[in-house]
Amino acid sequence: MSRLLTLLFGRLPIGWLQLSHNKTRLAAAVAGVAFANLLVFMQLGILGALNVATVAPYALLRSDIMISAEDTHTLTDGSNIARAWMFQALGVPGVRAAMPLYVGNLEFKLTDGSSSTLQTFGLDVAQPDFAAPAIAAQLNGLEVENTAILDTKARGIPPEAFDGLRAGEPFSFEVNGQTLTAMAGIEVGGGFTADGTLIVSDQTFLRFFGKRSSGAPNHILLQVDDGVSVEVVVDRIRAAISTDSVIVRSMQAAAAADRTYQTTERPTGIIFGFGVLIGLIVGIVIVYQVLSTDVADHLREYATFKAMGYGHRFFLGIVFEEAIVLAFFGFIPGFLVSLGLYAGLRAASGLPVEMDATRAVVVLIGTLVACSISGAIATRRLAAADPADLF
Amino acid sequence: MVDEAPIIATGLNHFFGTGEARKQAIFDLNLTIKRGSLNFLMGPSGSGKTTVLTLMGCLREVQEGSVHLLGHELYGAGEARQVLLRRRLGFIFQAHNLHESLSATQNVLMGLQVHGQGSARKQMEAAQHMLGLVGLADRMDYLPAKLSGGQKQRVAVARALVANPEIVFADEPTAALDKKSGRTVVEMLKALGQTRGVTTVMVTHDNRIMELADRIITMEEGRVISDNAP
Ligand SMILES: Nc1ncnc2c1ncn2[C@@H]1O[C@H](COP(=O)(O)OP(=O)(O)O)[C@@H](O)[C@H]1O
Ligand SMILES: [Mg+2]
Repeated sequence: MSRLLTLLFGRLPIGWLQLSHNKTRLAAAVAGVAFANLLVFMQLGILGALNVATVAPYALLRSDIMISAEDTHTLTDGSNIARAWMFQALGVPGVRAAMPLYVGNLEFKLTDGSSSTLQTFGLDVAQPDFAAPAIAAQLNGLEVENTAILDTKARGIPPEAFDGLRAGEPFSFEVNGQTLTAMAGIEVGGGFTADGTLIVSDQTFLRFFGKRSSGAPNHILLQVDDGVSVEVVVDRIRAAISTDSVIVRSMQAAAAADRTYQTTERPTGIIFGFGVLIGLIVGIVIVYQVLSTDVADHLREYATFKAMGYGHRFFLGIVFEEAIVLAFFGFIPGFLVSLGLYAGLRAASGLPVEMDATRAVVVLIGTLVACSISGAIATRRLAAADPADLF
Repeated sequence: MVDEAPIIATGLNHFFGTGEARKQAIFDLNLTIKRGSLNFLMGPSGSGKTTVLTLMGCLREVQEGSVHLLGHELYGAGEARQVLLRRRLGFIFQAHNLHESLSATQNVLMGLQVHGQGSARKQMEAAQHMLGLVGLADRMDYLPAKLSGGQKQRVAVARALVANPEIVFADEPTAALDKKSGRTVVEMLKALGQTRGVTTVMVTHDNRIMELADRIITMEEGRVISDNAP
């Protein structure tokens, strides 16, 4: 290590030698940085999962444009919308097809007491084009009343319960006192608002949600003609439907808005975003403490180096060298432990908490920057090293 | 000017403290130190020897009067000039001031690396050679904590001399050394003066080495009271 750094700096790695001389301080500092890294990674992991889980349901649908009530932020939180808008939209040039989308949550209970909240989509079985291929292929089967496609990764249900379904056997279960029969499975998994996904026909949906009516779906999905710009059609529909009570957006814009809403306006997103900041501050404070104590402990040596003709840059170099060493040494265990905790969190919650390279690199760079900031603050103590006091 | 004296102090006054507590430590000091000479600064404690040493050695701001060091005026000299001048000096402190995390050789290397010259290998050879000269060939990789007081002081001497300084400033460098190694160090400084023109200004109370001095300057209460300048 020492030899490597000597080659790297073209001088003795004083910072490293100083840090490694005091093993206790080094261990404490590394643990501190690792802990801060861990905090940041966990928050980012959960935020990332929130992002992924938020847009995942949108991927179950194939649609270019979505018309929703104006108070809509997510697939489920808005008011219902009059189906009449669908017919208006169908009259707009460039719109090829339209489908009402019904969304609601159903509580699914097994006799063993396990239960799961399923985000339920009611689709028009005659329009498989509006569903993702995996669903579209099974959609015919839902023509039969009270049948469904069930999420075999739903949280809260032991995976063995779906063994039969995966082998192709229909699987019946009770919802709201009625029997539903899953004809096929899909793999989606839980998010932050529901434990899994259920696909039914619009007819079955209305049967299970007694208060809903076919005239008032949650959203209207539209597909545009080949070769026509989605944005152009969006503008045309907005012009044709002159009311403030609905919003017309491309499907992509709707998903992006949902994601922004979840991460910046909902408590979950804000809390975890704030956690990233806390982790950063914890890291900066710990590293500052360590580095400034280290500077204070070596004032005599630094004053001696000043007397020998070392300039301010040399001392900055030592402190930054220490900061960088701490950043790397703290990042590695922080990263590894985070990988373990991600796996644990995934297993326990079913949330898509995954490490990705971008996040790792960003956190590493953030760690380097944070440590450098701490180092920069700590260097203010260097002024106290006065060579005149040495004799 | 090549022949110019390495240190010329003129009308030097120095004060410590401010306001009521302001107290003059050095009074109208005038000294010209010859190149290659071994000078002893003597006098009772508190007479201003250390203050003079730090003023001449570019470690303390000159407040009044002038110090001409190696052809440069120190009065009003900026940080950059001070740093460059210090590299041409060697300091041996009363306390060894070695860096606890660096081995003997690494401490000596610090005296070389400030110049940023020579390959790593050359620097290493020079550092080891210097440690050999002060009798520490078998202690090169020891950390200061593993060395005796005298050995540490010899490492400090090696560190001060390794880069061929033009002037050596030392404050009681022999205090921590036994009689024999104390004398060896001073003899080494004298020899460096005679062979390479290294000038030494040294504060000492050590009567055992008096006869080695070229010049003995005695101070009392901030003034020079005797000076056997030739
Ligand atoms: N940093 C300082 N602050 C205030 N007074 C000082 C300081 N350094 C030295 N002095 C005073 O200056 C005078 C000369 O001190 P010094 O040069 O250390 O003497 P010597 O080295 O001969 O013992 C003394 O009266 C001392 O108290
Ligand atoms: Mg003194």
